Amino acid sequence: MKGGPVLRAPEELRHTYAQLGITLLAGMREIWAHKFRSLLTMLGIILGVSSLVAMSALVAGMEKGAKESLVAIGGLEKVRVEPQDLPVEQRHLTDQAVGITINDVYALDHSAPLIRKLSPEMRLPATLSANGKTYRPWVCVGVWPVALEMSEHTIAHGRMITELDDELARNVCVIGTATRDELWGAPEKVGREIIPLGETVYINGVPFTIVGMFQHYESEQERKARELAKLQPEPAQQQGGVARDRGRGGRRRGNFVFYLKNSTVYLPLNTVWMKFRSGVALTGFGSSFQPVGGAGGATGDPRLSSLEVKIASVDLLPEALQQARNVLMSTHKGIEDFTFRTQEDWAEQIAIFVRNARLSGGLIAGISLLVGGIGIMNIMLASISERVREIGIRKSVGAATVDIFVQILVESVVIAVLGGLAGLATSFALVNLISSFSPTENAPIVQVGSLLVAFSFSVVVGVLAGIFPAVKAARLNPIQALRYE
Amino acid sequence: MALVELRNVSKIYRLGEEEIRALDDVSLDIEEGEFISIIGPSGSGKSTLMHILGCLDSPTQGTIKLDGVMIQNAGARELAAIRNRKIGFVFQFFNLLPKLNVLQNVELPMIYSGISGKERHRRALEALESVDLANRARHRPSQLSGGQQQRAAIARALVNNPRIIFADEPTGNLDSHTGDAILQLFRKLSQAGRTIVLVTHDPEIAAVTPRRIEIRDGKVATRVDLTLAGLDRVAAKGAPAL
Ligand SMILES: Nc1ncnc2c1ncn2[C@@H]1O[C@H](COP(=O)(O)OP(=O)(O)O)[C@@H](O)[C@H]1O
Ligand SMILES: [Mg+2]
Repeated sequence: MKGGPVLRAPEELRHTYAQLGITLLAGMREIWAHKFRSLLTMLGIILGVSSLVAMSALVAGMEKGAKESLVAIGGLEKVRVEPQDLPVEQRHLTDQAVGITINDVYALDHSAPLIRKLSPEMRLPATLSANGKTYRPWVCVGVWPVALEMSEHTIAHGRMITELDDELARNVCVIGTATRDELWGAPEKVGREIIPLGETVYINGVPFTIVGMFQHYESEQERKARELAKLQPEPAQQQGGVARDRGRGGRRRGNFVFYLKNSTVYLPLNTVWMKFRSGVALTGFGSSFQPVGGAGGATGDPRLSSLEVKIASVDLLPEALQQARNVLMSTHKGIEDFTFRTQEDWAEQIAIFVRNARLSGGLIAGISLLVGGIGIMNIMLASISERVREIGIRKSVGAATVDIFVQILVESVVIAVLGGLAGLATSFALVNLISSFSPTENAPIVQVGSLLVAFSFSVVVGVLAGIFPAVKAARLNPIQALRYE
Repeated sequence: MALVELRNVSKIYRLGEEEIRALDDVSLDIEEGEFISIIGPSGSGKSTLMHILGCLDSPTQGTIKLDGVMIQNAGARELAAIRNRKIGFVFQFFNLLPKLNVLQNVELPMIYSGISGKERHRRALEALESVDLANRARHRPSQLSGGQQQRAAIARALVNNPRIIFADEPTGNLDSHTGDAILQLFRKLSQAGRTIVLVTHDPEIAAVTPRRIEIRDGKVATRVDLTLAGLDRVAAKGAPAL
């Protein structure tokens, strides 16, 4: 037989191609014939895909929340200079330590070009009273007007402290909405927004006039929830449910940064120095304070709780820190009683957390997918031994090894793909479920990328799980298959 | 040149120490258009021979030439293509796929030769008509009688217009009346020019074919004649069922 049409590669290829549709249908039929078994087999894939999507959504939500917070406190360019205990080898010099003073601010301004902005702070442990109520804000601090920009504050009503206020040591203050809520009542409770501009508030017994109020700070998530609550029917609001919700929510970990900003009171730096100098806290924020007895320490310069600086750019952070250190070492006569606290630590922590969360989530999803793949392989092997005869018949009418291989592989992939699709559908339910008892208030963000990745994984698992059974089926000897009754 | 040329073919199975010679130095020719039966007692090697002739199995020794192609030189892919285009099988147990209906079963060989859906459908129906089963096209095999199932299997064997049809005990699972009808069908196909190899242990059935090859213990029996097999009486009776 010369040039017989028995075998020509492109032709064969076309056959395989044309068969694919039929093979797909046959695969579907096979799966449909064993509905329950197929569903059980898919379960691993469904769990794997949905947990992959849900995990990455959760992490993405947290990452977004963390980054929002990072921006809210002033971004990566902000560095805090805080007083610190002397290193061991300098302990004997403790008496000569001057602490961070207003002098350092001028020195840095003059000699550290990489530092763009300087905002000195005098922290005041304060009790505010007005309207017959008292409140202890998280942050009551004497500042320069630059603090507004430095800490990403926005004035919603009235004005910020001015340089004149500072120079004249006026008794004026700018408050946040938390102070307003506590002393005059929150809008949700009162039913209207009270703006206490011009009111007098007593700070540690000294009367101050409120000249400005910050905007209300909240995460995007909170804002959405609040707007949603507004849209809800009247009765819910009258019961005060919304206000209580927010009160609780405001103190949760995820929104602490925003709560902190709302609970901030700004006074002119000079005013704090003049009126409260003996009461200023000389340690970093959040730790216990020790009021300093003798005003101004060794030099008599106004002593600060801390100093916030903004550097030219994040890329120049190490250089800027070195510059600042050099300047401060000279003003402090070589006594290292200060330290720098950068947000980079935080940013890095966020990155590490995200990486770890991704890793563990990926691991869980990977294991589920692996188990799913093993399940598919198992069921395919079982189905082959059930179908030895079918495979023999197909071979006897002319199915080539590759045809049988493709048939089994397609079945395996179809199971995986259906499982993957079901997993994607389930993942949305899972995301909702998780966000209902999520540890933070950051809503999970389902990303298209993660859907694609999860789905492709399921396809890959289907292919990998199908290869071994497909090879096994393709290698079956048709005679043995046909002989057995 | 004969359609099939078998030369010194042996098939040896090894079961541990034991060596089973299922076929022992078999040589035979099958001409185009022949209607031939391979007869012998159970276990004599008939099915083994048929599987080797039909490219389902390979011999331990010897050569086969089918339609000019030396089978032992062909790869697995080529063998599949040969089974697909040149050979039709009919089995004792019908071997239809239970999950497919009759029409889909008959279409099966054409799926592996890449024939388009429309053409497949047309030719499958045509083949079913030729075995008088077109009215059962949408039935599942389990909904058919044994004879109908076997006719569906014959339609499947015919549908790719093969050079040769092998039928292994095609009536073995049917009552004698239905079996006779199936034999009748084979005779009709033979008259239409088909090359058919009928494998059977039953001399009465072998009697319908003009030529018989007797297999005993894996060898072609030297003396093949009707008297020996007691078939002269059957032949004298004129095989009334046919
Ligand atoms: N896979 C096998 N392994 C071992 N022996 C086999 C195998 N297949 C067939 N045989 C043996 O080969 C001989 C011929 O078998 P077979 O061709 O099926 O005979 P027949 O079809 O004439 O009844 C028998 O003895 C059988 O036991
Ligand atoms: Mg047999």
